[in-house]
Amino acid sequence: MEPSNLLLETIMPQAQLIGVFSDIAIMSLLALSAYMMLLIGRISFGQQAFFGLGAYASAVSSAMLGLPLLVALLIGVLVGAIVSLLIAAPTMRLSGLHYAVATLAFGEMTRIALGAWHWQINTNDSAVGPAGLDGFRDIRWLLTNDVSDLAYLAIACAMLLLVLLAMFLLEKRRFGIALRMIGHDDTLAMTKGFPIQRLRISAAAIAGGLAGLSGGLYAHRTTYIETSLFDPMLGVHAVGYALIGGLGSPLGPMLGVSFDLGLLEASSLFAGWRMVVFGGLVAIFLRWRPRGILDEATVHRQKNYWTKRHASR
Amino acid sequence: MAELLQRTIDGICDGSAYALVGLGLALSFGILKRLNLAYGATAMLAAYIGAWLYRKYSAPIWLVGIVIVTATIIIGRYVEWLCFSQNSSDLNHQRNSIPIAGRDGREVIALASSFALWMQLEQLAIHILPRHLNVFPSLAFREEWAMGALVLRPDRLVLLMLALIFTFALHGYLQRSKIGLAWRACSDQRVAAHLTGIRVERMYGFAFALASALSGVAAFAILSLDGQVTPMFGMWVLLKGLTAAMLGGIGSVRGVFFGGLLLGVVEAHVQALLGPLWREFAVYLLLFIALVFPWRPYGAKQSFA
Repeated sequence: MEPSNLLLETIMPQAQLIGVFSDIAIMSLLALSAYMMLLIGRISFGQQAFFGLGAYASAVSSAMLGLPLLVALLIGVLVGAIVSLLIAAPTMRLSGLHYAVATLAFGEMTRIALGAWHWQINTNDSAVGPAGLDGFRDIRWLLTNDVSDLAYLAIACAMLLLVLLAMFLLEKRRFGIALRMIGHDDTLAMTKGFPIQRLRISAAAIAGGLAGLSGGLYAHRTTYIETSLFDPMLGVHAVGYALIGGLGSPLGPMLGVSFDLGLLEASSLFAGWRMVVFGGLVAIFLRWRPRGILDEATVHRQKNYWTKRHASR
Repeated sequence: MAELLQRTIDGICDGSAYALVGLGLALSFGILKRLNLAYGATAMLAAYIGAWLYRKYSAPIWLVGIVIVTATIIIGRYVEWLCFSQNSSDLNHQRNSIPIAGRDGREVIALASSFALWMQLEQLAIHILPRHLNVFPSLAFREEWAMGALVLRPDRLVLLMLALIFTFALHGYLQRSKIGLAWRACSDQRVAAHLTGIRVERMYGFAFALASALSGVAAFAILSLDGQVTPMFGMWVLLKGLTAAMLGGIGSVRGVFFGGLLLGVVEAHVQALLGPLWREFAVYLLLFIALVFPWRPYGAKQSFA
């Protein structure tokens, strides 16, 4: 074994390392979904609902309908986006405060309704499907198709990279700039003639789709989902990641996720006290650095620094 | 018919507990215009400290009550310092440091950070007493009054009485006292209140402390009738209180009372018809409806009453 590999092995066994990175990639997608909502100036405590819906929808597609993984994930994305669109239409006109509480209520309604869902069919030898509060077992697409953990990590990372690329391109375009403008000052955006309700609702649909993708990836990784996973703490974590990481760039949420999952959880530095540290950090950031580590000013400075140095050479 | 009536009575008794926990939330929302999501966790952490004292030193029940109310005020102070104080301190609305835009950007940020503190306080409480079920000093009496086909639990009626007394006392205090007047002035027009010489910051601090203390009193009353406290208590307080306050048209003290009763009655009937899972669903559905279609039973005025 090479020395560098040996070093890694002493810190963490390889299987666990793959697990941590998969978690980071999957949670990054959910954090990006919360980031999308924060970008338009709304805090949503209900992104876990679309995560759950995406997880159930893609699990049903692959385990019960026998569709391939990518199609199943796409169905998860669509379900998340459509439900998010339908919910955003009546709630987006509320004030930010009422919106946050309404999304929280919607998230819990979804969780309870999924917990009441029984629909099982027989495949091969056993019954598969959502079984109420017992959850959805045996989402075995990865096992039957012989996809290794490492290959699945590659799939998740590819998805994340695609989404990041799309978001970077989006931020350059009129649509992305309009979203950021609404987030900074919606009155100004309105006077500039932007249809802010429609833009907000489409951003919510995109965010719902991202959460659905994250949920679909999660369901196939764990092979088992239950509704208690989609409690408000998941949504709050997603918002917390985006807020800590920063709202200046799509890389911000990833930074937040890596910090929490990679450092706090994996190192078990604060075992048992993690929520105390994380909750306190979110509150401290909101008070003293409200747009996160990578806020717009920092992103701008870094960009200037690197492009200038590049030009001088 | 008797069964329906019995269920309604049970619902009203449950609902008075919801009204009791909703009062503090409505008070802090009505005056500060900010929603404190750490409200339930504050009450829970204080109740856990009380239960811990009771278990470890078998403290007398009156001492537990005093400790709980004091603890809620101290924890509330901490929440206010971290989430609410800086945001309300500048009267001239500097726009440069607002993380979330919109008419109520500051309020939303306060809400988010109080949510983060909720996680923190809940985890701390679980560190104090890690077990799921914890004994709380009990004041319950198991006596039952039969009235024809109906059964009344006198200890539940105590809760109803308490809710009524607190609602009307708070309403009277807001309407009649000088501090109540100052509070309403701060709520209506912060800058104008500041110009007339009201110390807005101090008024906010006092309102927040009173709201926290109310949550402590409510928690003590409810838990001592239950005789136990679980980690679900924080969520329970926040959710039921918030729904009661929202149903009553948030920002109205008397509305909270009727909102709580409505919630209790709906819950009781839904549980009987559809089962406990949908009872929980009904709470969130009511909350959602109350948010999307807001109504103000006490007129359309924005002012806090």
